[in-house]
Amino acid sequence: MKPIRSPEDLERLRKEILAKREPSKPCITVCVSTGCVAQGSIKLVEAFKAELEKQGLTDRVEVKETGCVGFCEQGPRVTIYPQEIYYFKVKPEDVPEIVSKTVLKNEIVERLLYKDPITGKTAQILEEIPFYKYQLRLLLENNAKINPKNIEDYIAIGGYSALAKALFKMTPEQIIEEVKKSNLRGRGGGGFPTGIKWETTRNAPGEPKYVIVNCDQGDPGAFMDRTVMEGNPHSVLEGLIIGAYAIGAHRGFVYVREEYPIAAENISIAIEQAEEYGLLGGNILGSGFSFNVEVYRGAGAFVSGESSALMTAIEGKVGEPRPKYIHTAVKGLWDKPSCLNNTKTWATIPLIILKGAEWFRNIGTKGSSGTMIFSLVGKVNNTGLVEVPMGITLRDLIFKIGGGIRGGKKFKAVQTGGPSGGFIPEQYLDTPVDFDELTKLGSMMGSGGMIVMDEDACMVDMARYFIDFLLDESCGKCVPCREGLRAMSKILNDICEGKGKDGDIEKIEDLAEVMKEASLCALGRTAVNPVLTSLKYFRNEWEEHIKEKKCQAKACKALINYYIDPEKCQACMLCLRECPAGAVIGGKDQVHWIDQKKCVKCGTCYELCRFGAVVKLTGEPIPPPPMGVKPIRKKK
Amino acid sequence: MEALRYAEAIKQIRQRGQAIKLIVQELRDVDAIVDKHKSDRSRLIQILLDVQKKYGWLPKLALIWISERLNVSMAQIYSIATFYKAFSLIPRGRHTIRVCMGTSCKVRGAPELLNNLQRILGIEPGQTTPDGKFTLTTVNCLGCCAISPVLTIDGEYYGHLKLTDVKKILAKYN
Repeated sequence: MKPIRSPEDLERLRKEILAKREPSKPCITVCVSTGCVAQGSIKLVEAFKAELEKQGLTDRVEVKETGCVGFCEQGPRVTIYPQEIYYFKVKPEDVPEIVSKTVLKNEIVERLLYKDPITGKTAQILEEIPFYKYQLRLLLENNAKINPKNIEDYIAIGGYSALAKALFKMTPEQIIEEVKKSNLRGRGGGGFPTGIKWETTRNAPGEPKYVIVNCDQGDPGAFMDRTVMEGNPHSVLEGLIIGAYAIGAHRGFVYVREEYPIAAENISIAIEQAEEYGLLGGNILGSGFSFNVEVYRGAGAFVSGESSALMTAIEGKVGEPRPKYIHTAVKGLWDKPSCLNNTKTWATIPLIILKGAEWFRNIGTKGSSGTMIFSLVGKVNNTGLVEVPMGITLRDLIFKIGGGIRGGKKFKAVQTGGPSGGFIPEQYLDTPVDFDELTKLGSMMGSGGMIVMDEDACMVDMARYFIDFLLDESCGKCVPCREGLRAMSKILNDICEGKGKDGDIEKIEDLAEVMKEASLCALGRTAVNPVLTSLKYFRNEWEEHIKEKKCQAKACKALINYYIDPEKCQACMLCLRECPAGAVIGGKDQVHWIDQKKCVKCGTCYELCRFGAVVKLTGEPIPPPPMGVKPIRKKK
Repeated sequence: MEALRYAEAIKQIRQRGQAIKLIVQELRDVDAIVDKHKSDRSRLIQILLDVQKKYGWLPKLALIWISERLNVSMAQIYSIATFYKAFSLIPRGRHTIRVCMGTSCKVRGAPELLNNLQRILGIEPGQTTPDGKFTLTTVNCLGCCAISPVLTIDGEYYGHLKLTDVKKILAKYN
């Protein structure tokens, strides 16, 4: 491949690629993103290839490995073009049927279509599925169409035309102005106006300048950066090159978490291909602008996602944050002006350049433009990635798109923004979601994780979970965060283990105040959000734990006992055989009961029982075993 | 008698020869990795990641050699190796289990899953079973939250797990 040296050549290449492709040629696309791979999609690709070979169709039908469309719960996902039929939960044994029916005869395999659990209706196209109906997919739209390892797929759908426009029809100042006008705010969760950040770096004294992609999404429960990077790495790269040109940087870095191996691999391939096509390196598209990108992998530290810590890690040192008296935009990597943006922020740039700031501003709310990708996970029926305009209400997100709570249970709270965010209770479900509204509630947007919890989640236990998570991840550089988290963790663990005392809550509030004010970086400063929102909205649960030693959600192990209801027990021996501690006493035709001394409270019996005979008790005495210790015979 | 001593000496020389061969091989491997990263000091973490991937842990000799090659202190190398979760300074088992403890997995029962694994294997997270078969570790989010709870063994994913699945999965490995 000869490097492309003018915008006209790029257009010519695009036409050539499209001419080579017949739009009517059947094409089977399979998701090979982490979520579907975990459910066996690699075997599926092999099965399709083998089946086509068997039927002698290898030349007539294409098999494409693509990115993720977000509905991981229903994976592995397969799409058949040109009809664009979506099949879900496909297994290798379904492959022959798909090829002979759908590909060859244009017939639909009913059982593989998405079926609405409530109405029982099947959906042939994506828009008929409730999960997709309310979405507006700007960043995720192309994931099902392109092979991320093939630059020509991206060029075919109009890729790199934004770059050509930016390099040849706009000045750097015009680009920054356009980004400022679009009101794009940092998609990593802070919500800082991107255009202003770019301008700061551009005007900062000092050369060279750097641009950095943050794909160190350590937030537990969020995975949209991975999905964008895995499914469409060129969109991130294109945004980065445009940004580098606007800011005046000639060297860029992509920092990817070690836990996202496919993302690191795909962006590395994308960089190599872009260099080969003359879209990276020296004299890009013949414009005279040169720019190089390197990939750096993280090594497993949550705090490395903080901008100054990430830059320290790229320098090859331990990724600890530094005090930011001067913004990293002015003094960052190797003390030079460095512009760091989240993966999704960079991927949005080509769209703004192509369609204009006005178009982007018309999506979303006044204060927060555009769309946001949320990872809707936890106890909802439809879990996956959802891209919606900003300003959608939490209720619509959880009930219309997410399909409500699993197993018909009651909604309790939704946690947004990872460990820096907070819990939002039912009374605020009609809040429109954008940067400012969530901050008002004591939570934050964060990277868009939305973890839905039902009545089985204990809010004290969840607060403890986040504090323990952060205690594990705190770098230990500053005292308020290191010692504050340790003290908090001790108190919270005591409360959950039934050793809570009066005054514990006040102690936590005191600690929180210091941590909020005095921690070095955002990890410590926002660490108290989950605890404070849990206290604010669910204080009664805390008090129950401390005063009555009771956990109403029945989640805190130390405060519950498992008990078998002799009325419901059918003496089926299932739990008796599987109990790892041998605590279930009884036998064939003999009602079982649990020896509380032996019970390790692992929950195996609770999960296994098909009759609902195993129950959790909290804060109440355990009824004695039936008839003392002598098991009774079940009446037939 | 003399012949016996002679045979013993030969045996010892052979053993030492083997050990030296291994050392030389290890240094060559590390050299190749350092060269791949152009001996760039800012790529230290990347180099350590590659060594970790090759051996499953960071052998001391490799670290000393990296310190020599890049001219960085052992203290800096150790500070990195102990700060990040991806690195291990002791050999790991034949199979590494990573249990995801992200929020979504937590809400859907990951702690119980981990307890179950600990009971079956008889080890705590971070430890290796005495027979050297499994190393148990936790990870704070693997980013496949939609199919939680999740664990991986040697990079192979298992999702939508139930407590009773663990035994069956472990039985697949030897």
